[in-house]
Amino acid sequence: MAGEIYKKPVMFAIISAAVILIGTIVTMFAPMMMSHMHPKLENLQPFTALQLAGRDIYQREGCNNCHTQTVRPLRTEVMRYGEYSKAGEYAYDFPFLWGSKRTGPDLARIGGKYPDAWHYRHFEDPRGFYPKSNMPSYEWLKDRMLDAEDIQRHMDALNFPYTSENLAELSEKTEMDAIVAYMQVIGTSISSKADKQKKRVDMEEMTNPLAKDPEAIALGKELFEENCSMCHGDNGEGDIGPSLIDDMFLYAKGDLADKHYFNIIYNGADEGTVMEGRAAKGGMPPYGEELQKDEIWSIVSFIRSLQGK
Amino acid sequence: MNTYHYDNQTVKSFIISSIFWGVVGIVVGLWISIQMWAPSWNVAPFFTFGRLRVVHTNSLAFGLGVGAIFGISYYILMRLTKRPLLFPRLARFHLYLFNAAIALAALSLFAGMNQSLEYAELEWPLDIGVVILWVIFAVNVFGTLVKRKEEQMYISLWYIIATVVAVAVLYIVNNLSVPAGLFKSYSMFAGVNSANVQWWYGHNAVGFVFTTPILAMFYYFLPKSTGLPIYSHRLSIVAFWSLVFAYLWTGAHHLVYTPLPDWIQTLAIVFTIFLIAPSWGSVINGFYTVAPEWEQMRTNYLTKFFILGITFYGLQTVQGPTQGLRVVSQLIHYTDWVPGHVHMGTLGWVTMTVTASMYYIIPKIYDTEIYSVKVANTHFYLVLVGQLIFSITMWITGIQQGALWKAVNPDGTLQYSFMEGLIKNYPFWQMRTAGGVIFTIGMLYFIYNIFMTIRKGSALEASTAKGV
Repeated sequence: MAGEIYKKPVMFAIISAAVILIGTIVTMFAPMMMSHMHPKLENLQPFTALQLAGRDIYQREGCNNCHTQTVRPLRTEVMRYGEYSKAGEYAYDFPFLWGSKRTGPDLARIGGKYPDAWHYRHFEDPRGFYPKSNMPSYEWLKDRMLDAEDIQRHMDALNFPYTSENLAELSEKTEMDAIVAYMQVIGTSISSKADKQKKRVDMEEMTNPLAKDPEAIALGKELFEENCSMCHGDNGEGDIGPSLIDDMFLYAKGDLADKHYFNIIYNGADEGTVMEGRAAKGGMPPYGEELQKDEIWSIVSFIRSLQGK
Repeated sequence: MNTYHYDNQTVKSFIISSIFWGVVGIVVGLWISIQMWAPSWNVAPFFTFGRLRVVHTNSLAFGLGVGAIFGISYYILMRLTKRPLLFPRLARFHLYLFNAAIALAALSLFAGMNQSLEYAELEWPLDIGVVILWVIFAVNVFGTLVKRKEEQMYISLWYIIATVVAVAVLYIVNNLSVPAGLFKSYSMFAGVNSANVQWWYGHNAVGFVFTTPILAMFYYFLPKSTGLPIYSHRLSIVAFWSLVFAYLWTGAHHLVYTPLPDWIQTLAIVFTIFLIAPSWGSVINGFYTVAPEWEQMRTNYLTKFFILGITFYGLQTVQGPTQGLRVVSQLIHYTDWVPGHVHMGTLGWVTMTVTASMYYIIPKIYDTEIYSVKVANTHFYLVLVGQLIFSITMWITGIQQGALWKAVNPDGTLQYSFMEGLIKNYPFWQMRTAGGVIFTIGMLYFIYNIFMTIRKGSALEASTAKGV
């Protein structure tokens, strides 16, 4: 009789365990045995010693409490962060660091988005970049040297390959170097070419419809301060990013037309982008998903006003 | 001095310990709620948000939650088996080891030793400690059950048994890792698979720490404090088995729209919807139990704690499944709605039920009455208002965040930068802190009431011992 189990604690425990294990087996143990739960992209490489050290710091500081590392396949999310996350990108993540809350932005496509210098400065002083940011300052990571022996143990535990030179390098590096190295590798196993398809601006015959428009210049100034000045300086004199007021453009002498300014703001300047025979070195993120066209033209007008043109 | 007296002291000490860790967790909770809108409250390296948040969740889930579960389960166990604990000294050792483990856990989290698995952050040496604690608990629970003096096992005992079994499986599997030194390890699972294991664990930590043991308390203390029998035994049976069956399928609703295979997500969502039924089985059982004497909501100070507690449980178990739906998840996942949801459960359901159980136990142990019903009522209204402010502000700001992240201009570009969206949270985050302060004041009333009852009880005990 079924009522008997309410008089038999051990039997009751065994039956409860069996009931609990059904869902466990179907949704957790069985998938674990299936190959599609263990995919790996061809491009994906194990973390280097320095990157793993950075990832350890990411774990230690609980960065995953505020930052996710997975872009959902939703239109606005792909626009904001980049290509949606693929299962095969995470084969070396022991464990996954997807997070569950976005107090800060998603970081799944942060690798290569900004130059190293941007990250160093942002970790040191987040509010120097974004006055209203609530991210803690991690300036103190600069003062802490890495412990190569520790990191070697960690690489061994994970069976990741390394050379003695890799380890030797670590002794001169700080925790800040490590976390920046980790930032720059996140999400980079996806070919950046997927991103390139976003370019949908017809580059022929584009002229600035808002050139010398005082209202546009005022709006451009505002947008410039919000988005550009942290890297290019308050007056475009250059800092992390190149100067906008000298006579250079894409590392070569001589200015280019407005449409090239528009193109770089819109699409970013990934390594390999070539304009009028000049090659970009990367570091400039795209703003085409966040700024409307007339806003971008306003920024161009403002830059021209800085140049006195 | 009989052994009941000795065991009661263990129960009482577990209750006091859990309250102590509760205070730590609540203070840290207030602190991090301020850090959300005032980053200067981050004090590097030990007291930054990233480290403190896990101290907050762990000291409340494991310190307050599990501490109360150990102590109150022992109390319920003794009453329902009609005998003292089979291993009283082991239970006392359990108490000491529990406190040592939680203290070390807090220190290790301040120090940044963190596995990065939500609610399983503790590094491997502490994991072993937690497993030992759980084995001790299991030995005492099953030993006492086997040697019980009451043949029939009451509902609360079913939930305690399910808790003991499920937490053991969940905790051990999710913490399997490769040590890389004493203070560092790497999960045995990687990538998508590790996400699936973690949320199988994470969701069921909610199921078997914040649900089943709390239901054990609810089913025991509601009839005890109201003098009314549980409405339907049959409903309890159906609700119990369907709850423990369905819970384990649902973890992947935390991973909707991630790279986890779609079939696991969908299966989880389906079972999540199903889970409304057994959850509401207990809600209905609770309501109908008190239905013959609704005036007790006014006349019996404990009844309203339990009824409001089960009401929030009911709201949670509708809210949660709603959040699991893809169409809702895409809007509110990763926003502040999520902590809003969690806190309605923990502040509304768990804390209400646990504190009411403690109000029942402490005077019983000393054979006296609660120090002040008035203070208990003040406590009730403050934690109720505090919790509602918290939950509601987080719902609003959560929906707002989700909407801002999705908003587009007529030309299809994004309307708000991430920073523009963040800034709009600040007033709500400040209101949340205000709600937290009100809740904390309520808890101070509770602690004062318990402390004064113990003082009164101890004085009574001393005078009885002297034969005065």
